[in-house]
Amino acid sequence: MRQEIGLLIAFLLVFINDTFLSKKGQAALPYLAGILMLILTIDGCFVWCSGNVSAFAGMYESTPVVTAIKNILNIGTLIVIIQSVRWANSDFVIMRRGEFYELLLITLFGMYLMISARHFLLFVIGLEAASLPLAAMVAFDKKHYESHEAAVKYILTAVFSSAIFLMGLSFVYGLTGSLYFDKIYMAIVGKECIMLVVALAFVIAGIGFKLSLVPFHLWTADVYQGAPTSVTSYLSVISKGAAAFAFLVIMTQVFGTVYSLAWEWMLYALIILTITIGNLFALRQRNMKRFLAFSSISQAGYIMLGVISMNSVGAASLMYYILVYIFSNLAAFGVIGAIENATGKLDMSDYNGLYKTNPRLAFAMMLAMFSLAGIPPFAGFFSKFFIFTGALQQGSVAIYVLVLIALINTIISLYYYLLVVKAMFINEGPCPVEHFRSSCGERLGLWITVAGIIFLGIVSCFYSHLLDLTAVSNMNMYFIQ
Amino acid sequence: MEITAIYYLIPALIMFCCGVYGFITRKNMIAILISLELMLNAVDINFVVFNRFLYPEQMEGMFFTLFAIAIAAAETAVAIAIIINIFRAAKNIDVRDLTKMKF
Repeated sequence: MRQEIGLLIAFLLVFINDTFLSKKGQAALPYLAGILMLILTIDGCFVWCSGNVSAFAGMYESTPVVTAIKNILNIGTLIVIIQSVRWANSDFVIMRRGEFYELLLITLFGMYLMISARHFLLFVIGLEAASLPLAAMVAFDKKHYESHEAAVKYILTAVFSSAIFLMGLSFVYGLTGSLYFDKIYMAIVGKECIMLVVALAFVIAGIGFKLSLVPFHLWTADVYQGAPTSVTSYLSVISKGAAAFAFLVIMTQVFGTVYSLAWEWMLYALIILTITIGNLFALRQRNMKRFLAFSSISQAGYIMLGVISMNSVGAASLMYYILVYIFSNLAAFGVIGAIENATGKLDMSDYNGLYKTNPRLAFAMMLAMFSLAGIPPFAGFFSKFFIFTGALQQGSVAIYVLVLIALINTIISLYYYLLVVKAMFINEGPCPVEHFRSSCGERLGLWITVAGIIFLGIVSCFYSHLLDLTAVSNMNMYFIQ
Repeated sequence: MEITAIYYLIPALIMFCCGVYGFITRKNMIAILISLELMLNAVDINFVVFNRFLYPEQMEGMFFTLFAIAIAAAETAVAIAIIINIFRAAKNIDVRDLTKMKF
């Protein structure tokens, strides 16, 4: 509860600053938002150790695991705020930058509600509070037509997906007569009926849209390309991370009892499609933001391996994967944003010869690509390794085949991640990006993310801590198998 | 003749399918938005009917419907604002013209 209240206070402070202060006072807005977020992140580490908190007649519950994922989202949001300072202070955005931070904080609040909800009413409110302001953020870049186009694509698919999700929910309500997670869990034990399968298909499709799993992924590339880069980075890591964890909670705590009866094969097919098609389409992208959009689709497939494994190792490695993914993807988006802010270039061929002119940016981008591809000393390798371990512990032959397919796809993904590295280090461009000095915020953000990429994998206490947390709450999370 | 739950559920299902059909085939963005509203309203009917006929001792479905209506209104407001932006930029709200970004 403390984290939510803190976030609301931060939102109100930013809002008051934006509404009532003079132009001079508003210059402090990005720093105010950053400092408030830093305080929230540090405060979250103290909430970490406290036990379970329950509110609103059990509709809201905060456990140590939930607090941990909230802290991970906090860190990501902090990095996004640091990286976006230059963009927020640019000529065209400076008028409206207060709104950017307000919408950012209120979407984060929606995600908090979404991941600690134990009743579907609160979950739906959180889901909408997380996705509606994001549409406004996608439309932020008023002078670019692409931004509007992306926003309309995003809002229409988001509403469509939530309508489908709600339809599935109404079937679940009709079957069980309750919307509390634990009551549904008890009511559907061993039930084998078509209506439950249909309801589950609707629910999975609804959240699959938010997660951009493959049959529901078509909005992703356009929205990522059209949105301002700061918003894209927020959309691709924080929003996706929160949705992935909420998906894990729903699948284990609500539909955990009908795992092999109803949804194992659905998720199985979705994972294969997501990883493979995401990879194949990423191969042919030349725009960097589109390229990262398809890479994030295939990463979502890997994240789903943590859900299908249905054990505490899977849950811990899903959270660890989200943490590592936040750092690697934000490093990549940090470099893209820095280059876009300085020169306006976004094409992969513009990155030719980047190493000669901007060696540090090229180095940060290389680390991000290595981490996303999963090359050993970096964090991305360990997160993939743990998520495969978790899936293999589930033990059926089908899962072994699934992990094999995921492994083959890792090799395919290596090709396109290394294309970027090759462009930067080997290719000679006719007119490479000129040498420039990126702003203070961009450099700070890149230092943080690069440090994360290098140390998150080597320093093992992060993963072991998450594993301890999920193992302790194991009883809570999967109380009947 | 007694009117049972099925008399409400079938129209709700038809409404939902019409909404999906309209969402896919309509070319005007406002018409797409109307189709989305149709889908959301079908869900509301479903919740109310399940509550009224199957679980009349609680009010959970009714409350959910109230919240869902409010959320649908918020969704429409944001969507209309964005569509107005598109209209200002392109003087047109046909989805076939949203082709600046493609595969």
